[in-house]
This record gives sequence, C-alpha cells and structure tokens, in this order.
Amino acid sequence: MFETIIEMFSYTFLVRAIVVGLAVSLCASLLGVSLVLKRYSMIGDGLSHVGFGSLAIATALNIAPLTISIPVVVLAAFFLLRISENSKIKGDALVALISTSSMALGVIVISITTGMNTDVCNYMFGSILAMNRTDVYISIFLSSIVLIFYILFYNRIFAVTFDENFARAIGMNTNIYNTLIAILTAITIVLGMRMMGALLISSLIIFPSLTSMRLYKKFKTVVICSAIISVVCFFIGIVFSYLHATPTGASIVAINILMFLLFSMISVIKKYYRICK
Amino acid sequence: MALISVKDVSFEYDGNIVLNELNFRLFKGDYLCVIGENGSGKTTLIKGLLKLKQQYKGDIVFGDDLKSDEIGYLPQKTFVQKDFPASVFEVVLSGRLNNLKLKPFYTKKDKIIVEENLNLFGISNLKNKSYRELSGGEQQRVLLSRALCSTKKLLLLDEPATGLDPLATADLYKIIKKINKEKGITIIIVSHDIQNSLKYASHILHLENKQIFFGVVKDYVVSDIKHRFFKGDS
Ligand SMILES: Nc1ncnc2c1ncn2[C@@H]1O[C@H](COP(=O)(O)OP(=O)(O)OP(=O)(O)O)[C@@H](O)[C@H]1O
Ligand SMILES: [Mg+2]
Repeated sequence: MFETIIEMFSYTFLVRAIVVGLAVSLCASLLGVSLVLKRYSMIGDGLSHVGFGSLAIATALNIAPLTISIPVVVLAAFFLLRISENSKIKGDALVALISTSSMALGVIVISITTGMNTDVCNYMFGSILAMNRTDVYISIFLSSIVLIFYILFYNRIFAVTFDENFARAIGMNTNIYNTLIAILTAITIVLGMRMMGALLISSLIIFPSLTSMRLYKKFKTVVICSAIISVVCFFIGIVFSYLHATPTGASIVAINILMFLLFSMISVIKKYYRICK
Repeated sequence: MALISVKDVSFEYDGNIVLNELNFRLFKGDYLCVIGENGSGKTTLIKGLLKLKQQYKGDIVFGDDLKSDEIGYLPQKTFVQKDFPASVFEVVLSGRLNNLKLKPFYTKKDKIIVEENLNLFGISNLKNKSYRELSGGEQQRVLLSRALCSTKKLLLLDEPATGLDPLATADLYKIIKKINKEKGITIIIVSHDIQNSLKYASHILHLENKQIFFGVVKDYVVSDIKHRFFKGDS
C-alpha cells in the first residue's frame, strides 16, 4: 500500500492530479454544506453542464479552457442564484433548462469542429491527465481562498444558511455572502470538472455533506466531517483507480457512495443500540 | 426625536394593497402591541419595519440613531430545513451576529449572553441538543432566546406566544416587560392575546388592512373599536 503511494508520487501528472484533486475536494465539500442545506444542490449540477458547454467552445476556438470557462460559469452562477431566490419552483425548472441547453450547445459545437473524440469523452467523464502546472497553482490559490473565506466568515455563513431572513432582519447584507458562495462554487466546479468530469463533479459537492449529516447534528461538526470525508474519499478513489486502472472520477464517486452507505449503516445501528438500551 | 416614524406608508403584494396609509410614531421605551384579525397586515408591517419588505408608498424613518443592526426579531414562521444540523447553542449564538461588526469570531461575552438568554427561557438543558429534534414550543423558546441576543434598542416579536404553554406564556410577557422597563428597550409585539396586551403594552395599533386605531392603551380600552372587536372580552 505504502509502496504504491510512493510509486504514484513519482509520476508528475499524478502528483498534479492529487494536488488539484485534494484542493477541489476540500473546497467542494465546504461549499457543499451550504448548497445542500439551502436546497441549491441542483445549481452545482447546472453549473457543471454550463462548464461543459464553455469547455467545448473554448476548445473549438482554440483558447485556454479556463479563461473562458471561469467567467462563463461564474456568470451562470450569479444568474442561477438570482432565479432560485426569486421563485423556488420555476428556479428548479430553469436550472434544468440552462444545463441541458449548454450541454446541447457544447455537443453541437464539438461535432461541428473536432468531432466526438477522446477529448470530449474526457470532458464528460474526466481525465487525470488534464492537469497542467497552471492548474496546480490556480487550485492551490483557490483552495486557500475558500479555506480562509470559510474560516473567517464561518459564523456569517452559518447564519445565512440557517435563517437568511433573520440575518437580513438584524442588519446583515446577505447578498454578498450568497454571491461569494456562488462565485467560489463556480470556480471550484470549473477546476474540478476536467479531472472529475462534467457529469460527476457535482457529486463532490453533494456527497460529503449528506454523508456527514447521517451521523452528526451540529453544524460545525458536519462542516469539519465533510471536509475530512471528501479528502479521504478522493485519496482512496485515486489510489484505487491507479491500482485497478478504473476511471478516476467514477472511482472517487464510487468511494463516496460507499462512505455514504457506511455512515447510513452506522446511524441505523446507533439507533437500534439506543432502543435496546 | 421619535425612534420610529411611519408616514403614509402602504404595502402591496402583486398589486393588491394589503396595508394602506399607516401613520404613527414610537419613542424610546414604548411598548406597542399590534392587533388585528388574520390577514389584517400585522406581519407585513413588521417585515416593512425590518426592510424585509419594501413599502410602495410613504416613509419609514429611524430616529435616535437607531441602526438596523440593533434590532432583535422573532419571525412568525421560520422556515428551517427539516434536516438542518444545528445545535440549540449554535442557533442562539447566531443572534449575536449583529454584534460581530468586523470581527470574524464571537467573543466570550457573546457566549455569556447566550447562556443568560437560554437560562431566561429555561432551556439551558437543551443547549447541546439538535434544533430539529425539539418540540414546537421548545423551538419557539430557542428563537426567542436568539431574538433577545440581538436586541439592543428595539425588539420585534411576531406572535411570540405561538406554541408556548400557559406558564411559559405568562413568563414570556413578564420577561418582555422586564427588558422594556429595565433596559428601556422599545418593544413591538404582534399578538392575539388581548388580555396580556392590554395589561403590559403602552400603545396599541389596531390594523384592518389600514390603521383603525393608534394610541395609548387607556384610550383604546374605552374606544368603540375595542368594543366592536372584543365583545364582552376585557
Ligand atoms: N407573500 C405574499 N404574497 C401575496 N400576498 C401576501 C403575502 N404575504 C401576505 N399576503 C397577503 O397580505 C395580507 C396580510 O398578510 P399578513 O401576513 O401581514 O397578515 P397578518 O395580519 O400577519 O395575519 P396573521 O394573524 O394570520 O398572522 C393577507 O391578506 C395575505 O393574503
Ligand atoms: Mg402574521
């Protein structure tokens, strides 16, 4: 086991993938707690599809993918947040509308230009080879920002997530925090998307917080636990995919599912234990 | 100068006017009770005062240097996600939010104030419990504690006795009166409990999609309006 890990670290592309992956997993799980609790999980999914569309266009125009994807997805995040604030039901449908439209647009652009090649497959399901040096720097920078933001504004994030109206009533500017969460989520998704795949990245946002909510009932514990689960699942997933040559993104999601089942089982066992006592 | 001046204020939802032409002023230390039937616009007025709802006409002016982060608030309904993980302590502590200003973290003093308010409503023993696993009345007490945590000059309570047992209700009115008297905090309370309202309030605002009475309790008791609405009830 230990030797495998050392062996993995001797490949530059794997080291890059691990660094970017750990950073993205950490950010996604922290932001995910708020998104899941505010019933905004769909936004994460919608953004990844928008990200796919923008990646396709960037490739067609032969521009560095991040320079187009990040602004487009940040804009989409703004927009999606606004509509889901205004009306819950319509917002849900609109998210689906936007995500399928950008997916369709992306597929059309691809088929006109490069055709359905492995690149496209990689956008959808992720590729571990996609990370370059810039990505590593950007993700380290981004994850530090998310981490600092999360720690410094932790109490405000709790208040906005728990009861936004109350926070606003007692004089807090809640829009700033919602917008910040949306922007950081957008950037996290774009960064993680090429490794995890557009179809799988939103699981990094949703799974860790759902898993830790199986067992923990305090906000702070849930946040800390999600971060740990996310990082651990990523690491196990990437080692597994290295050993068994399985797709990285899918392996990480699979480990997340197993973790979710494990936590659910423990919570059920705990319940029965309490009843028996 | 008045703490709150409401001048010709009207509210609407989707083009329907639900509150028309409100005019009243409150001073520091006043205790206002807002009464009226279901749908008469009480909650709308409270939201308007908190700037959660924009009036479509008129002005609401805060005087006496009252700022929006010096207000405590208990909503009539709090939509908390059913499975939200939060302990009672975390919820009540979030009432100190308006005291954070530029600091990132709560201080020891904030936590002491939280403990005091938990004690006040007799829920110190629930401190580490999960908010979502409490009974309705217990949750109401938690939210009342949270409201008191953020109160500095003004406290707005929208039907605070909802879900409380008779003893807790009596305690609640005493607690409110006490902070009104001792700390000079201005109170605005929405209530259907006419007896307690008349007993403790200094002013009454009676709404019926418009203002049909505003004045001191003494005048209200002898007014036609009171007799029309609370026949035989004193
Ligand atoms: N979000 C909304 N959209 C449309 N109409 C609304 C909305 N909220 C309230 N109203 C309408 O405004 C009127 C006043 O509502 P409000 O909630 O202020 O009444 P209330 O006096 O607080 O009643 P209650 O005693 O039942 O709490 C009602 O007729 C209601 O139908
Ligand atoms: Mg109401």
